[in-house]
Amino acid sequence: MGKDIREDIAWAQINRDVLKSLESPRKLYWVIIFAAMLVFSVGVGCEIYQYNTGMGVANLDNPHVWGLYIATFIFWIGMSHSGTLLSAILHLMHADWRKPIYRFAEAMTTFSLMTAGLFVMVHLGRLWQFYYAVPYPNERWTWPNFQSPLLWDAMAIFTYLSSSVIFLYVGMIPDLAICRDHLHPGWRKKLYTLLALGWEGTDRQWRNFRMTYLTVACFLIPLAVSVHSIVASDFAMSQQPGWHVTSFPPYFVAGALYSGCAAIITLFIILRYVFRFEEYMTLPILKKTVRLTFAIAMVWTYLNCIEFASVWYSHDQVAKDVLIQKATGTYAPFWWAMIFCGSVVPFAMMVKKWQTNIPVMFAVSLLLNLGMWLERWMIVSPTFSHGYYPWTWDHNQWPSMIQWGIVFGSFGWFTLLFMVFCKVFPSVSMYEVKEMVYHRSLELKKKELAAKGAN
Amino acid sequence: MSVSNLLENWSKFRHTHPVEDKGVPDWEAYPSEIKWAMAIDLDACTGCNACSVACYAENNLPVVGKEKYSHGQAMHWMRIERYWDENDGQFVADQGARFLPMMCQQCEAAPCETVCPVGATNHTEDGLNSQIYNRCIGSRYCSANCPYKVRYFNWYDYPSTKDVWPSPLNEQLNPDLTVRGKGVMEKCTFCKQRTYTARNNAKTEGREVKDGDVQTACQEACPAGAISFGNLHDPESRVAKQWQSQQVELAKEKQEKDEKEGNRLRGYRILEELRPYPSVMYLERVRESAV
Repeated sequence: MGKDIREDIAWAQINRDVLKSLESPRKLYWVIIFAAMLVFSVGVGCEIYQYNTGMGVANLDNPHVWGLYIATFIFWIGMSHSGTLLSAILHLMHADWRKPIYRFAEAMTTFSLMTAGLFVMVHLGRLWQFYYAVPYPNERWTWPNFQSPLLWDAMAIFTYLSSSVIFLYVGMIPDLAICRDHLHPGWRKKLYTLLALGWEGTDRQWRNFRMTYLTVACFLIPLAVSVHSIVASDFAMSQQPGWHVTSFPPYFVAGALYSGCAAIITLFIILRYVFRFEEYMTLPILKKTVRLTFAIAMVWTYLNCIEFASVWYSHDQVAKDVLIQKATGTYAPFWWAMIFCGSVVPFAMMVKKWQTNIPVMFAVSLLLNLGMWLERWMIVSPTFSHGYYPWTWDHNQWPSMIQWGIVFGSFGWFTLLFMVFCKVFPSVSMYEVKEMVYHRSLELKKKELAAKGAN
Repeated sequence: MSVSNLLENWSKFRHTHPVEDKGVPDWEAYPSEIKWAMAIDLDACTGCNACSVACYAENNLPVVGKEKYSHGQAMHWMRIERYWDENDGQFVADQGARFLPMMCQQCEAAPCETVCPVGATNHTEDGLNSQIYNRCIGSRYCSANCPYKVRYFNWYDYPSTKDVWPSPLNEQLNPDLTVRGKGVMEKCTFCKQRTYTARNNAKTEGREVKDGDVQTACQEACPAGAISFGNLHDPESRVAKQWQSQQVELAKEKQEKDEKEGNRLRGYRILEELRPYPSVMYLERVRESAV
């Protein structure tokens, strides 16, 4: 096992190391940026074609009116949740180890929410009229339908996104001041000066800062739970077999935390290498994240079993048929792949040697993400293939290249935003790492004193 | 859909049927004098598809062509479904197929209405489930939640597609209603253009709508007269009589079957147990020999 953060690391050294990430990342960084732009432009091209020609090019049909767009939308919403888990929940629980890694997790939250928002747009048949879903006062006094879970969705996502941006920004203020003080004049310096809001690190500023940060954190936690519950309501509030399940909200929340944690491990490993953060994103932290992910994976597995069991014992023949069709029908390979990636692969994280093995954990985290993406797809599509009505039975549909292209492109968009963020803003929280080092050195001194006293 | 409407009429929305709500088991409590309904006698239906074709012509439905049809992107508001009798898992071919004309069931508690984010689909006073094309943003949630899958989405920009109405078909487009653009959900309207004209005419003449004032396109085209359409609130209408003789009521969840000899009751509605309260009643086909 690798070393943890050194207790005797100098504060100036922390500043230097983190600020260096803003200027000189490894060459791999530019490769990633280039690849992301390429992937993103594929998505943009597909979207332009779809916008001009019509949704038909996505190869959606009746009854398969939703497809990868909605599945991927849930995936991105889900991915956003672990940012809040790491930064807000663990902040309240005083978990020290989160400090070097929570900043990028929060950035992940913000950007994955933005990506999810794109899918809401992309899946609309009349994208140019999307503002009809916004409750704005208008001449005809027409409002959106407040009964529709889709509208709750729009509101919940918007609230969550704006709160997450505020949370990310507030937590970054002391670091922005460090950037402002250390960088050469230029556009960046101007940006940091503006964003740092005149931070000087006085007692009063720190007190207000702590209070604000805590308040926003407390506000964000119920919000995170509610957002994914509402996304689950899109399905659970409908009456379709396979969707009309009471346990959907907790199931979705667990799934969200799960995929978020898996994504954190992936990004952790990438950032650690690309920005030379080996000193801060240490292996013991990886180990703790891996354990957390395993715990959540087991919760997800449990809720998955609950869902199957409640369908099985409900005597609801149609819902049962959908479940059987998932396991044996056209979607069976994907469904079993979901079970394998989501419930079997996590056990690899129980092997102590592998918990700190970077290549293994990287592969595992990618598999978990794949499993969670499949989970969302397996929620959306099979229900359409086997609904209530015999006319729809065994009507299978495969997404077109346009649909795949847009889903693919969204990963480019996310990576691009995320990587640009890490280059422009400090993705390791400098002031919190200093706190962490300070507390640890205090503890160490106490131990030394105690040892001397005993002698 | 306004906020005040939502707050004041909350209890009416999903939980109870407008008829049940007042505790009166007849049509007097219904908010309007007219409640359009349909009855389809499957014993008369030969599956000739005339209704479906008439619907295409009357409602300006785009003909999407073979390729899109095979992709499941057809636009038929009315479709004829075929079912074969099964005996021990074997199709009984000599019995022939059963035919079932399927169109929007104009549910009273329509699953599609509650979920539309913009309120594009809603309920009219005369008991129809209407779709406001201009308001639709194409989220397709209504279709996802429709148990009958009878909502059809405009996947392409059909009006500007070349071969949708090849000449001279373009000459017979119905001027009484729109041609829908891409990204809009559409569905059977019980030929709204016809029912509205009938209502307006009756109003001008200072009388109530009589049975026979209005025929839907499918009804008109059916050579066997299998489809009847009219006002369920008018006890003299053919539809009301059929519904009554079959003991099918709008607010009912499950049709009781008379399993005794003679089996006179053959009326039923599809997926009644989901409680969407559909306005279309089917009359079962009578077989000479049981399978």
